[in-house]
Amino acid sequence: MSEILVVAELAEGAVRKATHSAIQCARRIQQLVGGSFSILVLGGAGAKAAAGELTSFGAARILCCEDANLEHYLAERYAPVVAAAAQKFDVIVATASSYGKDLLPRVAARLDAAYASDCSDVISKGGQLSYKRPMFAGNAYGFCFLDTPKQVVGVRQSEFEAAQPSGGASPIEDLPLAAPGAAAQRIEFVSLDQVKSERPELAEARVVVSGGRALKDQFFQVIEPLANSLGAAIGASRAACDAGYAPGDFQVGQTGKVVAPELYVAIGISGAIQHIAGMKSSKTIVAINKDPEAPIFQIADYGLVADLFQAVPELVSALEARKKKS
Amino acid sequence: MKILVPIKRVADPDNANKVRIGSGGQKIDTGNLEWKLNPFDEYALEAALRLNEDGKAPKTRLGEVVVVTLGPKEVETNLRSALATGADRALRIETSDEQLDGHLVALALKKVVEEEKPDLILMGKQAVDGDSNQVGQILAELLDYPMATFAATIKADARGLEVSREVDGGVAVVRLGLPALITVDLRIVAPTSVYSAQTDRSFKYNEGVRFAPLPAIMAAKRKKLDVKALGDLVSDGKLRTRYTEFAPPPERKAGKKVSSVADLVSKLANEAKVI
Ligand SMILES: Cc1cc2nc3c(=O)[nH]c(=O)nc-3n(C[C@H](O)[C@H](O)[C@H](O)COP(=O)(O)OP(=O)(O)OC[C@H]3O[C@@H](n4cnc5c(N)ncnc54)[C@H](O)[C@@H]3O)c2cc1C
Ligand SMILES: Nc1ncnc2c1ncn2[C@@H]1O[C@H](COP(=O)(O)O)[C@@H](O)[C@H]1O
Repeated sequence: MSEILVVAELAEGAVRKATHSAIQCARRIQQLVGGSFSILVLGGAGAKAAAGELTSFGAARILCCEDANLEHYLAERYAPVVAAAAQKFDVIVATASSYGKDLLPRVAARLDAAYASDCSDVISKGGQLSYKRPMFAGNAYGFCFLDTPKQVVGVRQSEFEAAQPSGGASPIEDLPLAAPGAAAQRIEFVSLDQVKSERPELAEARVVVSGGRALKDQFFQVIEPLANSLGAAIGASRAACDAGYAPGDFQVGQTGKVVAPELYVAIGISGAIQHIAGMKSSKTIVAINKDPEAPIFQIADYGLVADLFQAVPELVSALEARKKKS
Repeated sequence: MKILVPIKRVADPDNANKVRIGSGGQKIDTGNLEWKLNPFDEYALEAALRLNEDGKAPKTRLGEVVVVTLGPKEVETNLRSALATGADRALRIETSDEQLDGHLVALALKKVVEEEKPDLILMGKQAVDGDSNQVGQILAELLDYPMATFAATIKADARGLEVSREVDGGVAVVRLGLPALITVDLRIVAPTSVYSAQTDRSFKYNEGVRFAPLPAIMAAKRKKLDVKALGDLVSDGKLRTRYTEFAPPPERKAGKKVSSVADLVSKLANEAKVI
């Protein structure tokens, strides 16, 4: 039996979809070893309203800490609240978004708990939970036990599908703010610049179109029309991000975002192992590259050897023509 | 400013496709992998050097940069190259790689911080062997220090450090007072990512990390490299994270080449049924 605490993630007063993957993992642990799960929602004004979005997922309780001190996310302020809430729980779960990756290890340290990051699965071995994690750029999976009374777990969003509501009405309980330590006195939030986009988020999109170094400063000029045609999120290789053709948070790969859409289209990307680590679980992979020997073709379901500057506009026209027909 | 840079030697990720799972899935066989410094730690060292110099006069260090590792004797090669690149002093804590998990590394580093009293700890966001992304955050919490993870830029001024962080959907900026901890992301070695208080904001670095000139490699042999036992720092060396089994990822079979854009569209529509 495990009592599980899911830490929700908010953005602009709403629950991020990433949270639903953590709920899915909590349900899975519940199936494996029994027990129940609760959800912690924390943030500034509006957190309580956001908590209302999560009452129909089968949680025993929704714990909510709404406080002006939590207006802007800072691990130094959030970790004490999560750790205080976690006192009554055995397993603390959140999704390994940039928020989860930043916050969870601090929570683990506060709880003197072991931490398994970026888990792709959880199984039970002899009644004990064993966490499956990709290592070495996805070239091996390790299974680990966390040998501490409490366990902290980061969940890879691409490997746990979003939980669906299951009915019921979990009660919402207020949780007081926990006082932060000295660390919080030496950090100040300055700004959060997020590009507003109508596009789906990378980690949630059904289709992802990614561009590489080959696109140069025509990255958006070439990639955007294709992404629009396919209703896709836009990703990039490290080389494209480093060169400033695309923003850093577009990076797909071992050290960027991990995605597993229905369709992944790699444009002018060679297919380095670090890139492949972030997209090889995609259902269908398409690669367009002028080099027939590019390693990306080794994992692509459909490879087109062509100059992208011709092939991509042609592909956009073909897709648009098809749309008009139907 | 005194900066501590924890560095780790990893099995070269570019050789990761040669990762083999040892007999019975009990361990990862690193025998046929090449070792190198974790790239993020190389970047952290570069950032530390930039923070402790005037970009126009990089030969003069404005503060001490100390590199520290937990690892076997062979890692001293990596420590020496860090010294050649510009670090002032090195410390190795004797362990084998199997003796460690993230928590234990952080516990030992905490002791090092208490002894060395750096103003700043600069480290990689993730070691690319275990891909754990945890030591920095754990260490910051153990020390009750503020932190900025996934740093893309660091700008120092009289009041402290302004750090921009790569987060989902954009960039978050925080201001840190010292002592503090930063973990770096890939973009930290871009030409305009790191400025010390002395470096003119119009100065541009070369992309990437600096290389050690030959005389520096010779001089590095004389720089101080201390060795300590793990037991001197942490009394309970028990691992909290216990790996019991490893497995290879599922194979993905290569698909086919399509002959034209029209062929591609037809396959996506009729075969894969994704459009
Ligand atoms: C620590 C570390 C972490 C890393 N993490 C990541 C990561 O998370 N994600 C990631 O992507 N990379 C990562 N990398 C970098 C990775 O090793 C590669 O360098 C990078 O993925 C290469 O990007 P690219 O494919 O865009 O560029 P390149 O390798 O330069 O490939 C460009 C491709 O474009 C093709 N091309 C050129 N012109 C045209 C044209 N006109 N039409 C069609 N094709 C064309 C070329 O044939 C080539 O295959 C990491 C590296 C390190 C060291
Ligand atoms: N054995 C080690 N010795 C020194 N520093 C380490 C060691 N392991 C990890 N680190 C540091 O912690 C960072 C994050 O590693 P990890 O949490 O293991 O992904 C690395 O980039 C290093 O800076």
